[in-house]
Amino acid sequence: MRITITSVIVDDQAKAERFYVDVLGFVKKHDVPLGESRWLTVVSPEDPQGCELLLEPEGHPGAKPWKAGLVADGIPFTQFTVADVQAEYERMSGLGVRFTQEPADMGTLWTAVFDDTCGNLIQIIQMKETAE
Amino acid sequence: MTESPEDENVFRALADPTRRKILDELTERDGQTLFEICARLAMKHQHTASRQSVSQHLDTLAAAGLVTSRRDGRYKFHYLDTTPLRRLTERWRRPETKET
Repeated sequence: MRITITSVIVDDQAKAERFYVDVLGFVKKHDVPLGESRWLTVVSPEDPQGCELLLEPEGHPGAKPWKAGLVADGIPFTQFTVADVQAEYERMSGLGVRFTQEPADMGTLWTAVFDDTCGNLIQIIQMKETAE
Repeated sequence: MTESPEDENVFRALADPTRRKILDELTERDGQTLFEICARLAMKHQHTASRQSVSQHLDTLAAAGLVTSRRDGRYKFHYLDTTPLRRLTERWRRPETKET
């Protein structure tokens, strides 16, 4: 058994495609019409054969209040790994991305949290160098 | 001197090490989400408190006036307010040190 897809629930797939591709820098992998929406996935250009991120439409009535509850408490449900949290923070802030948590030293790692404009908070992390 | 209920709330709030740690972290950066406060407690201080319990600690700090919470659009941030502490230190000041 392998994990090949993980999802974020987005309020608008076209807006999500712009954010996840143009701002975050992911690459579109699959874009297939499926009912009234699309099967839309992106991958990291650093790992094109790796796990796909499914930009899943917010169809179910339970999704919106659940997402709003997480956002109000600042909770990111999805996490990406970056080489340099501070550099990404500066790059993305320059593009107008709203951070609810600026880069913070959490001991063994750096973290920051931003709004994906589609109703989700996303955490980016950078592991600190270990002695080994 | 009689102790006001407001002062009682401040002493009660400060009597707990987790709440003091929350104030420490808000001193380092003012205006944090509940998530950031929980993450700092868990990852920097190996604190095992649940999110619900941290939320209750914030309520106690808010009742004492030491923390204020503000909504900003869809987000909610928590801020440090040291005004009640100044009121407390005033109480034990010697008369001659009051005039500087």
